[in-house]
Formats: sequence, C-alpha cells, structure tokens
Amino acid sequence: MNELWAALGKDLLLQWRTRTQAVAVFVFGAAALLLFSFASGPAAELLRRQAAGFLWLGLMLCSTLALADSFQSESEQRAMEALLLLPASARALYYGKALANWVQLALLGVALVPLMVVLYDAGTRRVVPLFGVILLGSAGLSAPGTLYAGMTAQMRARQTLLPLLLFPLVVPVLLSSVKATSLILTGDPMGQARSWTTLLAAFDLIYWSLCGVVFPKVVEE
Amino acid sequence: MSTDDRVRPSAGPLPYALSALGVGLLLWGSIWGLFFAPRETFMGDVQRIMYIHVPTAWNAMLALTFAFGCALLSLWQGGWRWDARLEGGLEVGVLLSTLLCMQGSIWAKPTWGVWWDWDPRLTTTAVLVFAFAGILVLRRMVEDPGRRAVWSAVATVVAFVDVPIVYFSVKWWNSLHQMQSSPATVSSAFHWPLRINAFGILFLMSGLIALRTRVAAYRLRGELAPPPEPLPAGVPSAAAFAAAGLQPVALSGQIQGGWEFVIAAYTVSAVVLIGYTASVYMRYRKERARAAAEDAGVAA
Repeated sequence: MNELWAALGKDLLLQWRTRTQAVAVFVFGAAALLLFSFASGPAAELLRRQAAGFLWLGLMLCSTLALADSFQSESEQRAMEALLLLPASARALYYGKALANWVQLALLGVALVPLMVVLYDAGTRRVVPLFGVILLGSAGLSAPGTLYAGMTAQMRARQTLLPLLLFPLVVPVLLSSVKATSLILTGDPMGQARSWTTLLAAFDLIYWSLCGVVFPKVVEE
Repeated sequence: MSTDDRVRPSAGPLPYALSALGVGLLLWGSIWGLFFAPRETFMGDVQRIMYIHVPTAWNAMLALTFAFGCALLSLWQGGWRWDARLEGGLEVGVLLSTLLCMQGSIWAKPTWGVWWDWDPRLTTTAVLVFAFAGILVLRRMVEDPGRRAVWSAVATVVAFVDVPIVYFSVKWWNSLHQMQSSPATVSSAFHWPLRINAFGILFLMSGLIALRTRVAAYRLRGELAPPPEPLPAGVPSAAAFAAAGLQPVALSGQIQGGWEFVIAAYTVSAVVLIGYTASVYMRYRKERARAAAEDAGVAA
C-alpha cells in the first residue's frame, strides 16, 4: 500500500509540475466543445439534447492527449527501468499512474462542465450526480488508457496508436456516461440514470482489475 | 518467451488441403443456397445472403476466440509458436469480421431500408473490427519481437474481454429505441446450405490461419536470427461475422426482387476471400524464398 501511495505521490507531483500542459489540454477540449456546436447548428433545443455527447467526446479527445504524455518522463530518460529496479511492484506503479491520470481527467471533465452549460444551455441543479458520473466515466477512460499509454509511450506513432487502441475499447464507457449525463441534464422521469451509473461503475471495476492484472506483463522485459 | 527460442515454420500441404476442401464446400453450399433452396416466405430471395452471412459470423468469432487462446498461451506459457499463431488468428479474424459487416450492411438495405442499423450485433462487430485491427497495427509498429509478442497478446486479451461488455452496453443503449423481434423459426430446408457453408468457411479459415502463421513464423525467424557473419567480398549478401440476419423486422409483405443484393453479398464475399487467400499465399512464397536465400547465404 505504501508503494502505491509513493507512486501516486510521484505521479501527482509530476502532473503538478507540468500543469502548463494540462492547461493546454483543457484549452483544446474547450475548442472542441465550441467546434462541436458548429456540427449541429445553433438550434438551442438540439444543442441541449446533444450536450452530454459533446462533453464526453471532448473529454475523450482530451484524454488521448493527456494520457499519451503521461509516460513521457518515464520513457525519455529510461526512468521506467529505474523504477522497476526499486522494491516496488509494477502493479503499484500502474495503479499510481492510473489514479493520477484519473484525477487529471476528472478535473478536466469538471472544468469543461461550465463551458457546456454556457455553450449548449444545458444547466442542471443536480451537480453532485453529474460530478459523480464524470468521476466514474473518467475512471473508465484512465484505467485502459494508462495501460495502452504505457505500451505506446516509447513509440514514435503513439499519438495515432493510443486512440486507435483505446477508442474501440471504451465504447461501453462512452455509451453509459453519455446516457447517464444526458438523463441528468435533460430530466430523468423513469429514474434510469441510476442504473446507467451502476453499469458504469461495473465497467470501471472490470477495467481496473483486468488492466492491473496484465500491466506487469507489459513492462517486464 | 523462453521455452523455445528457435522458430521453425511448419511445412507440408495441410493448409492447401484445408483451403481447397473449404472452397469446395463453400461452392457446394452456396450453389445449393442460391439456386436450389426454397424462397423464404417473408424475406424472399434476400434471405439467401444468410447462407454466407451466418457462417461468416460463426467463424469470425471462432477465429478471434482462437487468437484469444493463443494470446493467453503466449503470455503464460511463452514460445514464439503462439505468437505466430496469434498473428494468423488475429488477421483472419479481422478479415472475416470486416466481411461480416459488409454482408450485414448489404442485407440491411433491402430489409431495413438502411445500410446501417445500430443493432447490438452489427455495432459490436464494427467495434470489434476496429479493436482488433488496432492490434494488427500495433504489431506492425513494434520492432522488438519480444515486446511485440507480449504487447499484442495483452491487447488481444483486453479487447476480447471487452467484446461482451460492448455487446451488452450497445444492447441496453439501443433497446430504449427499438424492441427486438423474436427470432424466426428456421425450417430444415434452410439448414443444409447453412451447415455446408459453415464447414466450408471453417476449413478455409483453418487453412488460411495455418498459412498466415507460417508467414509470421518466417518473419520471426528472420528477426530472431543472429546477425549474419560477414561474407567474403564478391559474394552478394543474401540478407539483402454475428447472425444479425435472423432477426426479421415486422414486414407488411414479402420483399420483392432483391437478387442484386444477394449477388452483391456473394460477390463481395468471393472477392474478399479470394483476394485474401492470394495475398497470404504470395506473402508465404516471398517469406519462404527469403528464408531459403538466407539459409543458402549462411551455408555459403
């Protein structure tokens, strides 16, 4: 457990020191949200209905940028090999990195919400459930994303390969997050948001355990 | 990656025999299904696409399951043999799934009136094509054979586990829009062309996987071979898819015509299968010749 905290602390510190990059990713996401509205036209009703989808697509596009760079410092100086020499398990390193990525993506998602409210007029008073869905959805992106980022970190084509591997995989996360967010934003007369959120939590559980099991194989030489 | 370090591509006529048997069965089943099987009451002639579509679906899933098995064995048992088989299974599985989407699309147009429907099986197959095609791209991009073996095996395991999750999420997502109809009861008159084609594709697929595995094994052998000793001057260097179809929509009457879609589906299937078989055979010839040249160079 101490190994995990140490790894998480290291990754959070790294992210804090490269916060300029996180800001750049946020600006990219904001630009994406702005551009999405051009795809559907200025009809307010239509935009409000599609707001949840746009928010999650924006976050997904941002996530590839954030994730692709998350192993940058490890691969640049061959620091991954040094980390593996430490008396810490590869699994702890993975969970530390995945948790740090989760924090970053969740903050990014929360930061994009005000933009969504302003641009698409999709406000809600149910802020706690909305942030809960963002938390669960970004967990579903960060677990497989960290696994594939670890794989593609040393490759030249990582900006292409990471989304190519990740996007088909996270279709269930995208579907359930969009569905739950949309129900929260546009009203939920049948009370379905809860079941979609439960489903999302189940996906998260599967991804977090499966990716943790296979990650040591990825970094072992 | 320690149990066997030498890669020995298998030889022998087995892949050719399997492929030939498969093609023969496919011709037999398709001719039966196209010209001798009775017309289906509701869907008319369009239903004949099923005789190629459903067997493709079964075998695509089988090929990817085979790849999953190879990935597990490659990870936990090691050995280049499983890595080569993984590549064979993956590529043939992706090919059959792509073909499956094309056939499903051609079938959907006359029956549903659209080229694409967000049916869970169709959508899952499309997601699956992208997921596994991404792994094939990954294999192309990683140059170190050891890493390539582990990474593509890990990605295959994760993607395979993801398939049912995608299926159920799309199903629940879509069920809010439309309800699925109950499956049609299939008369035995329709069974035989289906079964013959299923075995036809099974044999052809096994032959193709075997041949493609050899291509992968030859490539691995070339990569793992120790660097050749310098040759004396003057000697040239020698090293130079899902049964989306059995789900009828509520139709007011029989679909008239539709032969153009049947012909399109069978032509696409034939072109894809023949083209792929030819490409695997050419690659096999090339890799074998290259390996033979290398051996000759080492012997000299």
